[in-house]
Amino acid sequence: MLRLEKRPTPSVFWSRATPVLAVALTMIAGSVMFAVLGKNPFEAIRTIFWDPLFGEFAWYLRGQLLVKAGPLVLIAVGLSLGFRAGIWNIGAEGQYIMGAVIGAAVGLAVYPTENRLIFPVMIVAGALGGWAWAMIPAILKTRFNTNEILVSLMLVYVAQTILAMASTGFLRNPEGAGFPGSRNFSSYPAAANPELIAGSGLHWGGVAALATVVAAYVLLQRHILGFQIKLAGQAPRAARYAGVKPERLVLFCMGVAGALAGMAGLFEVTGPAGQISIDFNVGYGFTAIIVAFLGRLNPIGILLAGLLMALTYIGGEMASTNLGLPSAAIQAFQGMLLFFLLACDLLTNFRIRLAQVEAR
Amino acid sequence: MNANAGAELLRIDGVTKAYPGVIANSDVSFSIREGEVHALLGENGAGKSTLVKMIYGLIKPDSGHMVWRGEAYAPAKPSMARTAGVAMVFQHFSLFEALDVAENVALGMENPPPMRELAARIRAVSEEYGLPLDPGRMVGDLSAGERQRVEIIRCLLQSPKLLIMDEPTSVLTPQEVEILFETLRKLKAEGTSILYISHKLEEIRSLCDEATILRRGKVVATCTPREKTARELAEMMVGATLTPPERRAGEKGEVALGVSDLSLASPIPFGTSLKGISFAVSKGEVLGIAGVAGNGQDELLLALSGEITTEPDRIRIHSHPVGDLGPVERRKAGLVAAPEERLGHAAAPNMSLTENALLSGAVRKGLTRNGFIDWAGTESFARAIIEGFDVRTPGTHVAARALSGGNLQKFVIGRELMQDPEVIVINQPTWGVDAAAAASIRQAILDRAAAGAAVVVISQDLDELLEIADTFAALNEGRMTRPRPVEGLSIEEIGLMMGGAHGMEVAHHGA
Repeated sequence: MLRLEKRPTPSVFWSRATPVLAVALTMIAGSVMFAVLGKNPFEAIRTIFWDPLFGEFAWYLRGQLLVKAGPLVLIAVGLSLGFRAGIWNIGAEGQYIMGAVIGAAVGLAVYPTENRLIFPVMIVAGALGGWAWAMIPAILKTRFNTNEILVSLMLVYVAQTILAMASTGFLRNPEGAGFPGSRNFSSYPAAANPELIAGSGLHWGGVAALATVVAAYVLLQRHILGFQIKLAGQAPRAARYAGVKPERLVLFCMGVAGALAGMAGLFEVTGPAGQISIDFNVGYGFTAIIVAFLGRLNPIGILLAGLLMALTYIGGEMASTNLGLPSAAIQAFQGMLLFFLLACDLLTNFRIRLAQVEAR
Repeated sequence: MNANAGAELLRIDGVTKAYPGVIANSDVSFSIREGEVHALLGENGAGKSTLVKMIYGLIKPDSGHMVWRGEAYAPAKPSMARTAGVAMVFQHFSLFEALDVAENVALGMENPPPMRELAARIRAVSEEYGLPLDPGRMVGDLSAGERQRVEIIRCLLQSPKLLIMDEPTSVLTPQEVEILFETLRKLKAEGTSILYISHKLEEIRSLCDEATILRRGKVVATCTPREKTARELAEMMVGATLTPPERRAGEKGEVALGVSDLSLASPIPFGTSLKGISFAVSKGEVLGIAGVAGNGQDELLLALSGEITTEPDRIRIHSHPVGDLGPVERRKAGLVAAPEERLGHAAAPNMSLTENALLSGAVRKGLTRNGFIDWAGTESFARAIIEGFDVRTPGTHVAARALSGGNLQKFVIGRELMQDPEVIVINQPTWGVDAAAAASIRQAILDRAAAGAAVVVISQDLDELLEIADTFAALNEGRMTRPRPVEGLSIEEIGLMMGGAHGMEVAHHGA
């Protein structure tokens, strides 16, 4: 019989090794699933993990990697602060949408200005939009002790409705012949977020993501606020004893996550997406939750996890077009990753022993 | 002492039990005669609990055997032990608060009789042994001492041959202890053997016929406690010579901590609200606050540490109102606090000792600059605590939860005392700490007081309070008595301050 024994100290080795083990287990279980679906599992795994990096179309797909990883990392780093403190903001998708809508609205309000300052102003507006959307669950939690999980999640659907209103109403392109969707930022140079190096896929969002990773790393390792965030998550009573004010922490963590998600939305709408449209959001805000945990809520881990997740997205798309895998299979595959990661986490704090059977 | 002892009831022969990394019992042998009160004496972690759990059938020894009335005895489960005639009163009660006394007793029985009959039997037994108890009362309304009576009566209904009692007096007032001892003496006179676990030496000297002393899982001595002094027993238990803390004849200075008419609702579910608490502690003074657990001790610590805030004037440090300030501001004002619960409150279990040193030391030790943490300074602070308070650990990187309770307590107390505090508030300073470490913690507290700090020690250990306190008060149901000088205070007066025996003083009048 197997028995779990709590380790006296969390294992450093396993906390590093579990993501690798989880990826390996996902590949194995995924292969079984693909085989059951009647596809060649080796080909499917190769298409997902190898081809985007080294295959025939790698020159294009590698760029896509940064395009997809940028917003995931930006959002996930913000979420990870709250998750560490035990604050469960799962409405980043809504904050992402609101950042895009507010930021785009500011830019479109002064169309067609040629002043380059409009882009930084739009970034701030996007961040404020996401921040304000995150403040709703945060203030409701601190004032009325509501559950931030439910409130932030439900606000995603409100944000989606606002997005639909924007693309068919107040932000609709007046020269768009009545089609839904805003003006395209690719034809609005002052407000656009183009590729910085042609073919690299790197735009200002990627730069912001990298800067955020560094800033979050410094915050968590060297700053008292980062220490308080960790303390509040691990031992709430000890945090109060240390003088941490839980309400302030909720406002800070929710606010940072919202602002970063809003910025991600702004970078997306002015760059890769190009315009506000009804189907502008593609789930980055939700996938970022997986990325945050896959990266052990550690900024550098999140950077790597964001790249890995982007890879499964791009590879998954290739697998569904080239091999005819249903897209649900790809989503299940990504879900397996989180599942195995959380299961393997057990090894960090527990040791598995063979228990001798007690004689009766 | 052996005159009234009969034939051998239970013999433990070379019993060994090991857990991963620790040998709880190593080749333990001793025997209990019929009608004997036998003490099992040892520090925390000496292996007393493991041993009695084996006798009660909760765990199985790795090797060695037990003999019960001349026959091999190896209970595989508690019900087998009960059938043989072993009953046990645990340190932590297993009672349902929402059920009445009779229902609780019935739940512990294999074949409970009808309720009315059971209630009558409970009443009969409780009167016979001087433990008055109304079978119809809700357990939730009972005091700790009364709850213990429920457990004892549950045992007595089985007419046990051997009654095991694990630290029974830790929740009792002195008067309640006397009532309990009367009962135990009566049981003994009827021929019931009692295995009495404690580390309170005076109790053992007044009650027990024989004592087996355990240290680190081994039997180190067997003696007749009445023939030894408490000091000799303690030294056998600890294995070292103990030096009682030195008292300085310090002059009292001006008032450093003042509390006036402090009332607040408890933030803890089923907690005790504080009602009109007032006291003042001067520089160099140690105020000891006694009381049975759950009478407002936790709430008082939270109110003083700043984890609960009140109106500004309720609490003053050096006559500055601080009632509305949080823990950080109060530390700045000179107050440090050490809560009772080490893991999860005083320390974060999964964080390293360095991080735990930062937890409360950041303010007074200046471990941050513009919010950035001075990790090198924090680590040397942690190392200074480890050295100054003899914390046994491989290093500062170790998680707090990996330390034994006593070592972590030394770390927590050291962390607070080494911040050069002006006001110190400690709840249960030596809870779960071995005698040698407890002595050094008490000495450190007295040293800080001698250096001019005002100290509040909240404790359930009366001996500890009488040893270190200058003034004495008791908490009872959220109210605090007026502090009185310790000198000239009798144990009866202390008992009455702590709330007496909850109206049960007359219990033995007819006996």
